[in-house]
Amino acid sequence: MSSQFKLDSACPSGPIESRWDNHRFEMKQVNPANKRKFKILVVGTGLAGGSAAATLAELGYNVTSLCIQDSPRRAHSIAAQGGINAAKNYPNDGDSIYRLFYDTVKGGDFRARESNVYRLAQVSNNIIDQANAQGVPFAREYGGHLANRSFGGAQVSRTFYARGATGQQLLLGAYSAMNRQIHAGKIDMRTRREMLDLVTIDGVARGVICRNLITGELERYAADAVLLCTGGYGNVFYLSTNAKASNVTASWRAHKRGALFANPCFTQIHPTCIPVSGDHQSKLTLMSESLRNDGRIWTPKERDDGRPGDQVPEDERDYYLERRYPAFGNLVPRDVASRAAKERCDSGYGVGNSKQAVYLDFKDAIARDGEDAVRAKYGNLFHMYEKITDENPYQRPMRIFPAVHYTMGGLWVDYNLQSTIPGLFVLGEANFSDHGANRLGASALMQGLSDGYFVIPATVCGHLAGANLQPVTTSHEAFAAVEHEVREKTDKLLSIGGSRSVDSFHRELGLTMWDKCGMARSESGLREAVDKIRGIRESFWGDVRVLGESENLNQSLEKAGRVADFLEFAETFAVDALHRSESCGGHFREESQTEEGEALRDDENFCYAAAWEFQGVGNDSTLHKEDLSFDYVKLAQRSYK
Amino acid sequence: MTLNLRIWRQKDSHAEGAIESYELPGVSSDMSFLEMLDILNEQLIGKGEEPVSFDHDCREGVCGSCGAMVNGQVHGPDTETTLCQLHMRRFKDGDTLQVEPWRSAAFPVLKDLVVDRSSFDRIQQAGGYVSVATGSPPDANSVPIPKDDAEAAFDYAECIGCGGCVAACPNGAAMLFTAAKVAHLKKLPQGQPERERRVLSMVDTMDKEGFGACTNHYECTAACPKGVPIDAIATMNREYLRATFFSKEGV
Ligand SMILES: Cc1cc2nc3c(=O)[nH]c(=O)nc-3n(C[C@H](O)[C@H](O)[C@H](O)COP(=O)(O)OP(=O)(O)OC[C@H]3O[C@@H](n4cnc5c(N)ncnc54)[C@H](O)[C@@H]3O)c2cc1C
Ligand code: FES
Repeated sequence: MSSQFKLDSACPSGPIESRWDNHRFEMKQVNPANKRKFKILVVGTGLAGGSAAATLAELGYNVTSLCIQDSPRRAHSIAAQGGINAAKNYPNDGDSIYRLFYDTVKGGDFRARESNVYRLAQVSNNIIDQANAQGVPFAREYGGHLANRSFGGAQVSRTFYARGATGQQLLLGAYSAMNRQIHAGKIDMRTRREMLDLVTIDGVARGVICRNLITGELERYAADAVLLCTGGYGNVFYLSTNAKASNVTASWRAHKRGALFANPCFTQIHPTCIPVSGDHQSKLTLMSESLRNDGRIWTPKERDDGRPGDQVPEDERDYYLERRYPAFGNLVPRDVASRAAKERCDSGYGVGNSKQAVYLDFKDAIARDGEDAVRAKYGNLFHMYEKITDENPYQRPMRIFPAVHYTMGGLWVDYNLQSTIPGLFVLGEANFSDHGANRLGASALMQGLSDGYFVIPATVCGHLAGANLQPVTTSHEAFAAVEHEVREKTDKLLSIGGSRSVDSFHRELGLTMWDKCGMARSESGLREAVDKIRGIRESFWGDVRVLGESENLNQSLEKAGRVADFLEFAETFAVDALHRSESCGGHFREESQTEEGEALRDDENFCYAAAWEFQGVGNDSTLHKEDLSFDYVKLAQRSYK
Repeated sequence: MTLNLRIWRQKDSHAEGAIESYELPGVSSDMSFLEMLDILNEQLIGKGEEPVSFDHDCREGVCGSCGAMVNGQVHGPDTETTLCQLHMRRFKDGDTLQVEPWRSAAFPVLKDLVVDRSSFDRIQQAGGYVSVATGSPPDANSVPIPKDDAEAAFDYAECIGCGGCVAACPNGAAMLFTAAKVAHLKKLPQGQPERERRVLSMVDTMDKEGFGACTNHYECTAACPKGVPIDAIATMNREYLRATFFSKEGV
């Protein structure tokens, strides 16, 4: 099919170090007095949306902010544990902006844009300064300076943290910055609102339709720019480490209105999560990557070794990451660590009742540093582990297994974070931009805050100053038309009156996704997945039971809308995974591996971002390719040995 | 195990609510409390009855969405545990559990176990921040902060805003919640310039929102899932007194 879009990444040229500065200099500006005339709608109040709303309001724009939860402080970002990267080089261990850039491009297995990643590394240091000035209580050394720890895929210590609650503290920082602007009347904050569609006029994003989750009313919001900061779609797998309300709805409905969706199959499966305990399981809990600073991962050397972990003697343990990857050891990137755990379990070395687990052991760290030192660093994680499993991780090794955690794919955006719909910008986990095929730990918080505090405030002016926007109000017929479609869909969901709950469909979808589109994917499995997803979608629309009314708080109805979108989106996910017959990062095609079982890229044929254009539910989407070039970090097979 | 549940059902903020009884078989001890409610809801949907509404999101004890009174106890019987982190191994076959929403004039019930906590946001909006514009701060290491101060600040900053402290307090006071922010920023040099304005404005808003007064019951700190230290309240009281003497600005 011929391309309707010319995918222009709008990346500046010239030496990589000066691209961002030059770009900002050349950007059209909005003068300070005019800023208040522009209305910006920010959907989502996580790190990306919270930081964007606060900063844009500080600059003088007229900001309206929306979120699903009852308070902006409760966005999913609150749950991030381990830390945030920055190239401060405080430990003097040889870090630099260039090294952070290099590690991130390599960590992403060469499927991200160099210009974006360099900018991310550049602003990383400003983020730490900003958060610190807000009063975020980062961990410190006795001398009073900020402490660092190590995360996967790096050989330097560049991760800043606040115990095991870094996301909470950073989000509360952004929330406090928002609060200052709400108090000043510059942000109109609307909580318990779910965006259910995007309104475009003459092809330009001009607003959204939202459901007031308390009254059920559909509301219209008009704006000069719409920012989607709505997070990732890991919950398409049903079980993931994401918060329960995390969803694809805002992105998917924007996609159906013309925004291309890039690399939907790029998913991160995190190696260290608490294993599933039974059919009742409603979500999975992460055990932060920071634990791999001190914890050692192993399985018994014998298959089906039934002994409790603490009773397996040292010489009968296989520290398989240290064995296979001596240079990085337990700190290999997530995709590598997850596959290695799967390999051990598939080969019969798994532990625990389900045999779908490996050990993460702190015995040596406790012997070396003492239990108190370990508690000071990881106390809240150990506490959480004990709550959930009823086992004491100071005495017995933790049992862990990989789980869906993060989505690198998302709406396609250019260097300005603008989607293929003019005026629609996408920030944070919802966009596809900076992490390629695998995200390194502690870089999502960095990206969300980079997008919100530093990138969008500079790039949104280009649109506002350049687009010759005519004023619109919510009485424009486009709002009425979209609202009508949303109402029809809601009414339909309530009228089916079938026999099965929304959750039962969501679980069924999740199982298919995990089996066929999880840690290992194959052509036949993916074809099967497409068929199954279509089947589940069909039975959903024929047999779902959503009780209650639309004019009231109705959590089943909310879930039903989200699951309906997951059921459409999942097909695009599987199709993307099918078309990319190479392995790269977290996308592992069984057909494409090295002799040692590592992901084997095919740069000849797949060195691009795959951006999909919607052509109707059940119809083949159109593929557009954004070719990626690597002028600084040379394309090479990744090695962590 | 099989449980006898007695759950507060209320259609909306205008309706009268009442306790409804349900028998729930098939509860596993590995389930979390919210997973137990999930299976109750599946059972209700199967019978054509509307499921129980309850706020929840992270299900790992940090977003502060969840919360209910379980047999009269905030977030149930475990200390330093949110409702989502409470596990059913804490209960036994045949137990009766009465589950009710937070009760406070400042937290009106919206539906079933869901309450309106927006008053908490308004307290934070009144001054729970450092006024620093994006892009202007100095290098993060330019002002060293003693490790102990940073750790103490964290202990206060860890508040998740669940509202359990208010629900636990016989007077429905929001002292611990408000004080946690005042004490967090008071511990750090960043918080000093706005010290007086912050405490005056936050306390004033807290009073206007209809929260009760503190008469030293300490129920709040006992119920707090994050164990926010009670000395925050003494700090806030001192700060408030100091500010009323020294503040030139008023609120
Ligand atoms: C358990 C866990 C631990 C993690 N730890 C780390 C870590 O240590 N370091 C790191 O770098 N990364 C970490 N991550 C990843 C990181 O937390 C997320 O990628 C990041 O916080 C996403 O931020 P965001 O602002 O893009 O979206 P989110 O925080 O997901 O926010 C989404 C917002 O959008 C709103 N929203 C969504 N849909 C709609 C809609 N339709 N209408 C209205 N509003 C909507 C929500 O209400 C919410 O406010 C972790 C992730 C998890 C799950
Ligand atoms: S659901 Fe987040 S704290 Fe319980």
